Amino acid sequence: MPLINYIEFDGKEYSVNVAEGVSLMQGALDNMIDGIVAECGGCCVCCTCHCMIDPAWSEAAGIAAADESELLEMLDVREENSRLSCQVKVTSAMEGMIVRLPESQY
Amino acid sequence: MTNDQSTVVIGGSHAAVQLVISLRQCGWEGNITVISDEPHMPYQRPPLSKAYLAGDSSEDKLALRAAGAYEKIDVTFKLGVRVTSIDTQNHQLNLDNGETISFNKLALCTGARARPLPIPGADLESVHYLRTMDDVKGIQQSAASAKTAVIIGGGYIGLETAASLTKLGLSVTLLETESRLLQRVASETTSEFYLRLHQEQGVAIKLNTQASAIEGEGSVSGVMCSDGNIVSADMVIIGIGVIPNTELASEAGLNVDNGILVNEFAQTSHPDIVSAGDCTNHPNTILQTTLRLESVPNAIEQAKAAAASICGLKKPYAELPWFWSDQYDVKLQIAGMNQGYTDAVVRGDKASRSFTVFYLKDNNILAADCINRPKDFMLAKKLILQGTSTEGQSLADETIELKTLIMES
Repeated sequence: MPLINYIEFDGKEYSVNVAEGVSLMQGALDNMIDGIVAECGGCCVCCTCHCMIDPAWSEAAGIAAADESELLEMLDVREENSRLSCQVKVTSAMEGMIVRLPESQY
Repeated sequence: MTNDQSTVVIGGSHAAVQLVISLRQCGWEGNITVISDEPHMPYQRPPLSKAYLAGDSSEDKLALRAAGAYEKIDVTFKLGVRVTSIDTQNHQLNLDNGETISFNKLALCTGARARPLPIPGADLESVHYLRTMDDVKGIQQSAASAKTAVIIGGGYIGLETAASLTKLGLSVTLLETESRLLQRVASETTSEFYLRLHQEQGVAIKLNTQASAIEGEGSVSGVMCSDGNIVSADMVIIGIGVIPNTELASEAGLNVDNGILVNEFAQTSHPDIVSAGDCTNHPNTILQTTLRLESVPNAIEQAKAAAASICGLKKPYAELPWFWSDQYDVKLQIAGMNQGYTDAVVRGDKASRSFTVFYLKDNNILAADCINRPKDFMLAKKLILQGTSTEGQSLADETIELKTLIMES
């Protein structure tokens, strides 16, 4: 199980193992990490699981699909490496990945 | 706060899970027990009629949190047990297994149940409702050997079920008593879109048609309609809405009126009892009305307010309601509530699979149905929250970017 490092906006870090095939969103929820809300449960409709993926792992995370991109585009605080964590499934290439969480999901 | 205090949560779905997590975040150090009459650990309900029924998901994926997650925050679950009464005087709950449990604080997250259809034959085998995971397991079992299905009810649950069963290869007929689908909740444009979508996928839709009896000996053979015709079917699914589970609350003397009455802090009329989720009738300061909602975002956000109240904090619940529905490859996102609208304006081509219906009242945007238009949905939420006033033409004119209608804050 790859080790994923979630860093909340206030700097609080969680280093947790997330099974391959599980989304970064579910990995955060299962470890009770506050910075992810996930109102829609991972259907790519609500934009409350926003995260920023450290550029070192951007290739491993892949590229956002059209609907995800459209939602991301509308965020008030969007960064180049922004993703919806429900759309990123963990793979072995993500070992050690750093995932930063925004100040707010609304 | 002392450690011998205890909070008990009745119900084990979205509101309950958020409530127990938020309780710990707010600093609750006492015991937390969740009592649910379902035999399963908390799971997501929205996918039940969608990906889960269609076979695109699994029981594991439905789990709201991994089982071990609750150990991290020290929450105890009592599953498959029903609370039979609340003794508010003694702060005790009576359970159907004979146990009594004491509480200092109580949270009612009892949700809602499927509205029963009182017609002959509704108790036959292969007649199902769709509210719980076990309901869907029953539907899947029937669907495995069925070729034809009748769905009673043309609301979102009925339509999503029609899409999922079609995907499973069944021939589906849907009966709706009103003159159009989604009559209570959507504009004519939205209704017509979904009628066409389902017809294109091969679903037979009979409007203005009531089911008067379900025929069959032991198992289903068909549905007798009010016009005297019988639609043959190997299975039936009834989706005609829900009833909030308020009986425990009203028997305990709490104020109940189309839901358990709560204030913006999710407090009931009893000082030690809060309530959150589908079972509540609550004020919404943004919409300046009270309402009962069947939605996950409502359950989550109201549960946060309820948890804060238990901890003696004030965190008002004031969110714009929103909803979504997946049918075939069409994703609908709804922002706001359209009740009382006077105009429905279409942005985009309503004959296509990507357009938005804006609902207005006196040029104020109340709500939007966004069909395969995630960007419009995000912008509609902002426009509604800002109380944007605009002519319908500006919304219909796609050369005007919605972004430009948003006021600089």
